Amino acid sequence: MTPKNKIILAISVLVGGIFSIFASAFPDGLEKVAENYGFINQAKISFPALIADYAFPKVGYEPLATALAGIFGTILTFLLILFLGKVIIKTKQL
Amino acid sequence: MHIPDGFLNNQTNFSLIVVASTFCGLAFKKAKDFLFEKTEALVPQLMTNVGLEINQPKILNKLNLKLNANKKIQQTAVVAAFIFACQMVNFPVSNGTSGHLLGGVLAAMVLGPWLGMLAITGVLAVQALVFGDGGVLALGANIFNMAVVGTIGGYYLYLLAVKIFKNKNISIALAAWFSVILASTACALELAISKTISLNLVLPAMFFIHALIGLGEALITVFALKFLFNDYDSKK
Repeated sequence: MTPKNKIILAISVLVGGIFSIFASAFPDGLEKVAENYGFINQAKISFPALIADYAFPKVGYEPLATALAGIFGTILTFLLILFLGKVIIKTKQL
Repeated sequence: MHIPDGFLNNQTNFSLIVVASTFCGLAFKKAKDFLFEKTEALVPQLMTNVGLEINQPKILNKLNLKLNANKKIQQTAVVAAFIFACQMVNFPVSNGTSGHLLGGVLAAMVLGPWLGMLAITGVLAVQALVFGDGGVLALGANIFNMAVVGTIGGYYLYLLAVKIFKNKNISIALAAWFSVILASTACALELAISKTISLNLVLPAMFFIHALIGLGEALITVFALKFLFNDYDSKK
């Protein structure tokens, strides 16, 4: 991996692990519209999430739970795309 | 604007899963063009068993991995990771509402529209499948809004803007802002088609709130491209 990519990955982990603790807890644009027009309660969970609400499970201290979820998700996303890339390379004959 | 399950009806969800899958298939095909090149390889043929005549070498078309293929994959992965992280950081906009980066134009500017679309799709898939952010059934809709409309659409918005304004940063900012508006409009249309809320209510409501969120998108996109992804090869 190039030094530049390493730096950006490190910054990403930092953003996902530290900045995320200070994220606004206000509802986002769509949630706000759903609240204002009374359909927010229609939201349902069809498949229970592994890490719901970006809080790492079984971690009592909330900022730490968020930080761990952020770091985990950032690295998982990175690895997923790397893996997909390897799959594309492997299946070049198709 | 990750749509949870329950907001859209089944027809809308499944139609958009089909649309999103089609675009993913296309993007994979395009990704191969970035990663491989056809080369003509000379394959010397064996001498015949008589040992006297030597055939002409045979020419075969071969798919070869481009030299920068692995670098391109790493770039895609790094951009996706960065956007995932940024999407966790909601910034407050107004009267109790927050927004976060969508990253469509950012991804498209660094990776081109197709690899950019795949990067955003990866982010959305992880969010829906691991973190329950955005419904699993609504994943097609979310991919359509943010990866197809926001990223591929955002890329062409940039091309249009740069033709008119001849200034890179202004064009990036405008494309980023409009990409959020377009994605939120698509979201509003889906909600209206699903009969969750009438179009004449949801369209202006989504527009006004995302007109504000889009300002944050424009700011983050311009700064991230200028200071973080500045020397990335932006050739498409």
